Amino acid sequence: MSKEKLVLIGNGMAGVRTLEELLKLAPEHYEVTVFGAEPYGNYNRILLSPVLAGEKTIEEIMLNDDQWYADNHITLYKGKKVVEVNRARREVIAADGTVTKYDRLLFATGSNPFIIPVPGHELPGVVSFRDIYDVDAMLAASKQHRHAVVIGGGLLGLEAANGLLKQGMDVTVVHLLDTLMERQLDKPAATLLKSSLEQRGLKFLMEAQTAAILGDDRVRGVRFKDGSEVEADLVVMAVGIRPNIELAKKIGLHCERGVIVNDTMQTFDPRVYAVGECVQHRGTSYGLVAPLFEQAKVCANHLAGFGYARYQGSVTSTKLKVTGIDLFSAGEFGGGEGCEDVVYKDPGHGVYKKLVLKDNKIHGAVLYGDTVDGAWYFQLMRDGTDVSDIRDGLLFGQAHLGDSGHGGQNAVAAMADNAEICGCNGVCKGTIVKAITSKGLFTLDDVRAHTKASASCGSCTGLVEQILANTVGDYSTSSKEKPMCGCTDHTHEQVRKAIQSQRLTSIRAVMDFCEWHSADGCAKCRPALNFYLIAAWPGDVKDDYQSRFINERAHANIQKDGTYSVVPRIWGGVTNAAELRAIADVADKYKVPTVKITGGQRIDLLGVKKEDLPRMWGDLNKAGFVSGHAYGKSLRTVKTCVGSEWCRFGTQDSTGLGIKIEKMTWGSWTPHKFKIAVSGCPRNCAEATIKDYGVVCVDSGYELHVGGNGGVKVRATDLLCKVETEEQVMEYCGAFMQVYREEAQYLERTAPWIERVGLSYVKQRVVEDAAGRAALYQRFLESQQHAQVDPWAERAEQGVDQHEFVPLKHVV
Amino acid sequence: MTVSSTATVIAMKQWLEVGKLEDIPALGARVVRTPRGDVAVFRANDDHIFALDDRCPHKGGPLSQGIVFDHKVACPLHNWCIELQTGCAVAPDEGHTGSYPVKVEQGVVYLQLPAAPAAR
Ligand code: SRM
Ligand SMILES: Cc1cc2nc3c(=O)[nH]c(=O)nc-3n(C[C@H](O)[C@H](O)[C@H](O)COP(=O)(O)OP(=O)(O)OC[C@H]3O[C@@H](n4cnc5c(N)ncnc54)[C@H](O)[C@@H]3O)c2cc1C
Ligand code: SF4
Ligand code: FES
Repeated sequence: MSKEKLVLIGNGMAGVRTLEELLKLAPEHYEVTVFGAEPYGNYNRILLSPVLAGEKTIEEIMLNDDQWYADNHITLYKGKKVVEVNRARREVIAADGTVTKYDRLLFATGSNPFIIPVPGHELPGVVSFRDIYDVDAMLAASKQHRHAVVIGGGLLGLEAANGLLKQGMDVTVVHLLDTLMERQLDKPAATLLKSSLEQRGLKFLMEAQTAAILGDDRVRGVRFKDGSEVEADLVVMAVGIRPNIELAKKIGLHCERGVIVNDTMQTFDPRVYAVGECVQHRGTSYGLVAPLFEQAKVCANHLAGFGYARYQGSVTSTKLKVTGIDLFSAGEFGGGEGCEDVVYKDPGHGVYKKLVLKDNKIHGAVLYGDTVDGAWYFQLMRDGTDVSDIRDGLLFGQAHLGDSGHGGQNAVAAMADNAEICGCNGVCKGTIVKAITSKGLFTLDDVRAHTKASASCGSCTGLVEQILANTVGDYSTSSKEKPMCGCTDHTHEQVRKAIQSQRLTSIRAVMDFCEWHSADGCAKCRPALNFYLIAAWPGDVKDDYQSRFINERAHANIQKDGTYSVVPRIWGGVTNAAELRAIADVADKYKVPTVKITGGQRIDLLGVKKEDLPRMWGDLNKAGFVSGHAYGKSLRTVKTCVGSEWCRFGTQDSTGLGIKIEKMTWGSWTPHKFKIAVSGCPRNCAEATIKDYGVVCVDSGYELHVGGNGGVKVRATDLLCKVETEEQVMEYCGAFMQVYREEAQYLERTAPWIERVGLSYVKQRVVEDAAGRAALYQRFLESQQHAQVDPWAERAEQGVDQHEFVPLKHVV
Repeated sequence: MTVSSTATVIAMKQWLEVGKLEDIPALGARVVRTPRGDVAVFRANDDHIFALDDRCPHKGGPLSQGIVFDHKVACPLHNWCIELQTGCAVAPDEGHTGSYPVKVEQGVVYLQLPAAPAAR
């Protein structure tokens, strides 16, 4: 069968990215031909700024060289501009007469820089800032001439001006308005930016309207409306871009400002697709790479014949690539009706931060001088998180929501290549940079996949994002809704809703209803689906053990050498001589190499062979123990202190209460692990204020605390409320666990969940709505009826899942 | 290191009966203990059977304990994905673990092991 023919017009960032995505999905589907007006392979256009500034070379910014096209059997016509398309005959015609047939055509012609049509705009020495040709022209001019004028004080203009300054020129930036980068910055931030650029030696002419460019055979100056003039040997026009739709219009494709496409990136001619800056989607054209790459992904999906991806628009954020200047901007920072500005200003340190809030949500952000939290604000903005509960500390950044336990470093540019970035996987800065440049990585997910940096506990994510931005420019992701995983387009919430409303009761049914793209799902979505099902229909759904991570499947923690650890439940941390003797006997009998007191007030038997597990559990069962679920996304421990029974400060029976709570909650499955503690007085010896649910006894009753976390990022709890009786402590506990279980995303602990939904919401559900609380508590108790079965006993005595523990065969 | 003898041993390839298909859970695996180490026998959802050394190319994790999906397994220790057919790590990870011929006849699973213990 002969292959279908795909022709790409425009060898730029969006078009070639589409081909890369397509090659991943359907490498054999098309015979591909690419026409590029520029005489180069595909390069990273956004890095032209560092090239101009002398920080990078052209070789360093090449993304795909000729070899790549050859390796992938793509015909590349460099330096050939397409001038005509015959849609009836499905032919593309280049300026030199080359004719190529197509079955599918992809338009990715980018934008044209806008040139103000003043007299003299065609003089030699007047350039735009768009491609390698322009950069070469500027570099050449900088070697021979002295005076440069950049018209346009936006992102591109300032990056051009900075580059020319670095090349030794005397540079004046001319701007029509009275603030720089008015589309990204408000006045105070723009003022800080301007003075910092002035300190570097840039000159500014604000509120200056260009009237003419002067000169005879080459530019020699610029004249303004008011009659004044400045000297210039080079004039860079950086006043904006227009989608390049000349060819599309000529061949009759429906265009407005850009080529009109639908959510599948298809134009009005079904054989013709378009991506990139030339496109207009739902009324918007984008001039940043992140959204274009999302378009590329969707387009490739349809070209490959998969037919399910949709592009739904993007939210974007901006940074300025001038080394040493930190600036971040996103959303509607200008404010307006119903908006409030929250501002932090420290001119002495050159720091300015403004968040625009509307209905308690972040609508826009401008950061200058300290941009570490840009990604976090952007995330809150895209998720539409209600920030009223964290408003007080919002401007101080994410680290101040609690004390971030780990890391704390944030200036990655200054770090040495051998500085360790990811402590979990031992990945250094140099390794990450090398992977990014040699493998052509663009996104955080790419870097995680290739280097494992930030792929484990995630606390170094911010650093990795910075390295990425410093190396390839800023491609912060921007899709509006994040699907559960690569197997589906649906979010966690959508899937849970479907499970409820359609009464789906098996993983297969969910995958069918939600149109999963993969046959079996993957190691990410299957455990999540299994949890959502048992949480929604306790007792009715069969727990799918093949969709559980090995620890939960084998009811023990796998160790690095393939052995397991066994942690029996020790209620509230209280034990006795008989129990300890039984543990000692078991340790002897099964030759357990390590016996350790855990951080959760119980005993860990480490290094047990898998085959021995059921018998060992049987012996522990006989001594009265059940599984401690130290392996599960489930209730772990209830830590207690000695309390009023012994302690001279104890106000209530914290030990007894802890045991009661553990008896009620053990065995429950939760989105992530769940830890509880009860302290007998505010001295808090059981560390209740870093637990998912913490109880601090006081003379008049019990303080209930929620959302604490002692792990990767330490977060102290929020006070939920105060209650008077033990019964209330139990009821609030069950109700809290149940909302968390019903609504949090799989693998989201209570700390990030509360930061996402807001403490007020949790209070409303658990404290204020008494009937709602009672119902939640009831549902919790109901599901416990099915969950409180000791998995060890089932396996030790009833022979459940024997295949897990015995080899299929012994070959000698 | 010892130098092995130059005499060639022509070993008859033998199919070894290791158990019944139904003894292996769909989307799961069982282990066959052999003198050359553990071999993991996987059963995909479509009842295809695969056999790999039970050692992840990354740090030796027991692949038999991983989550199986499509014709792949995710290692239980650090989540690398391994192709069941070839034993190769799914890109961008790189590495390979040994694979063995397997077949199912009338519900019985047969495995073919090389004659000599693997040199390790
Ligand atoms: C055994 C124990 C360490 C010890 O020797 O004391 C332990 C061992 C492990 N912890 Fe832990 N944690 C243990 C108490 C803790 C504590 C202290 C506590 O509970 O008071 C914390 C901090 C408190 C908290 O969770 O907020 C803790 C925070 C973590 C984290 C980080 C969680 C986070 O949200 O940031 C992980 C990683 C994870 O769960 O993804 C983790 C993961 C692990 C795992 C399961 C790693 C793994 O996936 O293999 C370790 C299993 C070892 C094993 O096979 O037994 N362990 N771990 C402790 C068991 C307590 C128990 O009796 O069940
Ligand atoms: C100096 C600079 C700095 C930037 N910095 C950033 C940044 O920090 N972050 C960010 O996200 N974005 C940045 N951008 C924007 C980003 O580079 C663009 O959004 C992106 O390159 C657009 O991709 P595209 O494929 O749509 O267009 P392009 O990359 O421009 O590709 C279009 C290609 O099509 C070719 N072409 C056009 N018509 C024809 C024809 N008829 N026949 C054949 N070929 C044709 C053009 O020659 C061009 O090579 C920057 C841009 C510039 C110029
Ligand atoms: S027990 Fe916890 S802290 Fe210790 S190495 Fe394992 S995960 Fe890390
Ligand atoms: S040992 Fe398998 S992923 Fe690390």
